[in-house]
Amino acid sequence: MDALGIIFSNIHDNNVPELTMNRTIGAIPFGGRYRLIDFALSSMVNSGISHVGCVTKRNYRSLIDHIGSGKDWDLARKNGGFVLLPPFGDKDSDILYSTRMEALKSILGFINRCTEEYVVMSDSNSVFNIDFNLMLKNHKDTGADVSLLYAKKDMKDISGTNNVIFTMEGEQIKKISVDPKISGEINIYANVCIIKKDLLVSLVADAIAHGRRHFIKDLIATNLNALKVVGYEHKGFFEEISSLKRFYDVSLMLLDSDVRKSLFSDAQVYTKIKDSAPTEYGANAVITNSLVSDGCQIEGEVHNSILARGVKVGRGAVVRNCVLMKNTIVGDNSSINAVITDKNVVIRDRLVLSGCSDLPFYIKKDVSI
Amino acid sequence: MSIKKECVAMLLAGGQGSRLYALTSKVAKPAVTFGGKYKIIDFPLSNCVNSGVDTVGVLTQYQPLILNDYIGNGQPWDLDRSFGGVHILPPYQAKRGSDWYKGTANAIYQNITFIKRYNPEYVLILSGDHIYKMDYSEMLLEHKRTGAACTIAAIKVPMSEASRFGILNTNPDGGIYEFEEKPKNPKSDLASMGIYIFTADKLYKYLEEDNQKTETSNDFGKDILPTMLKSGEKMQAYLFNGYWKDVGTVSSLFEANMDLLGDNPIFNLNDKDWRIHSRNPIAPPHYIGQTGVLKNSLVSLGCEINGTVENSILSNNVIVKKGAVIKDSVIFGGAVIEENAQIICSVIDEGAVIGKNAQVGAPFKGKDRKIAVVGREFAVAENQVIGAGEIVEDKD
Repeated sequence: MDALGIIFSNIHDNNVPELTMNRTIGAIPFGGRYRLIDFALSSMVNSGISHVGCVTKRNYRSLIDHIGSGKDWDLARKNGGFVLLPPFGDKDSDILYSTRMEALKSILGFINRCTEEYVVMSDSNSVFNIDFNLMLKNHKDTGADVSLLYAKKDMKDISGTNNVIFTMEGEQIKKISVDPKISGEINIYANVCIIKKDLLVSLVADAIAHGRRHFIKDLIATNLNALKVVGYEHKGFFEEISSLKRFYDVSLMLLDSDVRKSLFSDAQVYTKIKDSAPTEYGANAVITNSLVSDGCQIEGEVHNSILARGVKVGRGAVVRNCVLMKNTIVGDNSSINAVITDKNVVIRDRLVLSGCSDLPFYIKKDVSI
Repeated sequence: MSIKKECVAMLLAGGQGSRLYALTSKVAKPAVTFGGKYKIIDFPLSNCVNSGVDTVGVLTQYQPLILNDYIGNGQPWDLDRSFGGVHILPPYQAKRGSDWYKGTANAIYQNITFIKRYNPEYVLILSGDHIYKMDYSEMLLEHKRTGAACTIAAIKVPMSEASRFGILNTNPDGGIYEFEEKPKNPKSDLASMGIYIFTADKLYKYLEEDNQKTETSNDFGKDILPTMLKSGEKMQAYLFNGYWKDVGTVSSLFEANMDLLGDNPIFNLNDKDWRIHSRNPIAPPHYIGQTGVLKNSLVSLGCEINGTVENSILSNNVIVKKGAVIKDSVIFGGAVIEENAQIICSVIDEGAVIGKNAQVGAPFKGKDRKIAVVGREFAVAENQVIGAGEIVEDKD
């Protein structure tokens, strides 16, 4: 696939402030052993994109730690490969970019130097696995200038801000609105865009000249007559992590075998390899309907939960409806329900903690209770 | 960049492993699955890396394809180096002719050029069929301290079993004065682990001499070491106190797997200070369904479990369907256990399919431990019964 990948690792950070305190949205742990960026990145790799630039702004240490040289995605290459694009400060001030448009402006040099004909841009706040080749084919077949990926959703499942909604006319997008007050079924922008590199460069250069700041709102939405903007529907699994509650709900969706099939069966999702040992189940372990990563030690009960690497569930402990991140320890005889623990959380013995499915109880990284 | 390596490791991975029967029909012994996600060779390779030995020659001969694929460029073990790293060394043709590796010593002899490239002071000889965690750097320190020509790692075995091993008879200072290969009346309980450190020059000398001989089996244990001892070289035993198991037979492989289970397993894989590295599959976490039951077991990535699993070890991507029961068994990667199948005291190789209601193996009776084996990609038909200790595999 003759395309350059660009992934925005920070945009939408504000939607999930709890989980992005120490990391970018792309680095949020998800599904036991993944980070959110793995989905966009793996989709690109599986589609044959071998040159991916990742735009960062702040708190990106954990992202760097995760991706490293890119070898686990087969992106440690001499030609192309994974390129981390750290923020590019203005020489006269310390101000960094604040919109996608300004981010693109700051990496224009990088984009210009690339030899690929197309650019696939994706955010890293969503869980999906898509073949971009089909989207690119549709882009070429329809003679589109810009292709935007969308999914059909019900407005009641949408949270967070800056949700971009399309009004379609056939394949073409006729109207773009941001956070409209409507209800019912909508076409929500999946934050993936295909565009010819030269067109992108000239649009961005033009926007800079005119002082425009927003890519979708100013560049695309106002150019719907001048450009052919085509919508491409993603029919497989697609969920945006737009709030902590949404993070919790989407995490638990992985317990559905159809969802796992849609995400992991047709094309693989790559992630950092940690060489954890297999998970150990003790003689008194009771476990149902749960997704468990490597390196865990389960002595107690686990139901309807997602456990990341290295989680320990003590004797007599009961874990229900929880999302436990790396190295969480649930002490002996403790009982937790609807809890999200961040990395390295320790829940001591004989504690009872419960959130509810509408308001899961979140415990910050490195906290012991 | 240094132009030499202090110590180069040579890993003997060419043996057929005929006592593993169906498990090594299509793969070399070091590429046999162990402990869920690992292959046997992960243990010596990880020991090397964790001990600071970053140059490893892997001598392959029997069914090398899967092993070669698995090792690849050595990246999973951090052995993809510009200088050093892991190298696969198959037999080759040369001007003088070509030969298969005739014995362990001959395999090393044919690759002396490889070793000399790194100009090492010491050469570490390893086997590709042992399960253990060992810091070779401590053994090397001991080798240097005693100034021996050869140091042999040894482990204490019960006196009653000593006659199954190569026994080292030593002086109080650890100096070896006699080798006995499987002695009827052992004088000592120190068994050789098949791990040797040689001072490089001595190794070259005795390998070259051995190659000149006509009556030799070109074997370290039978030829090189006794000759060295006879010539008056200083040979030391290095006592190892940890867990070590030769997994050359179906029953020892099975036992070593079972040693990983329990609250305080005899051999602990979940050791952050001595990680065993391996080539990981690209697979999601494992999923346990509403009807899944798991007791005292190890489970790896990508498994889907809707049946009952007790006292067993599941490798990557194993599917256990509803009503299936797995007890006291070892299941290798990608095996599918269909509805209501029963597997007891068995080893199921990679990609095998156990049909609905099939029965494989039976509980052990007394001391008679009969382990059933289903070979690689073999399909056990619906309702088929495979008795205790039976071995089935594809015939090709």
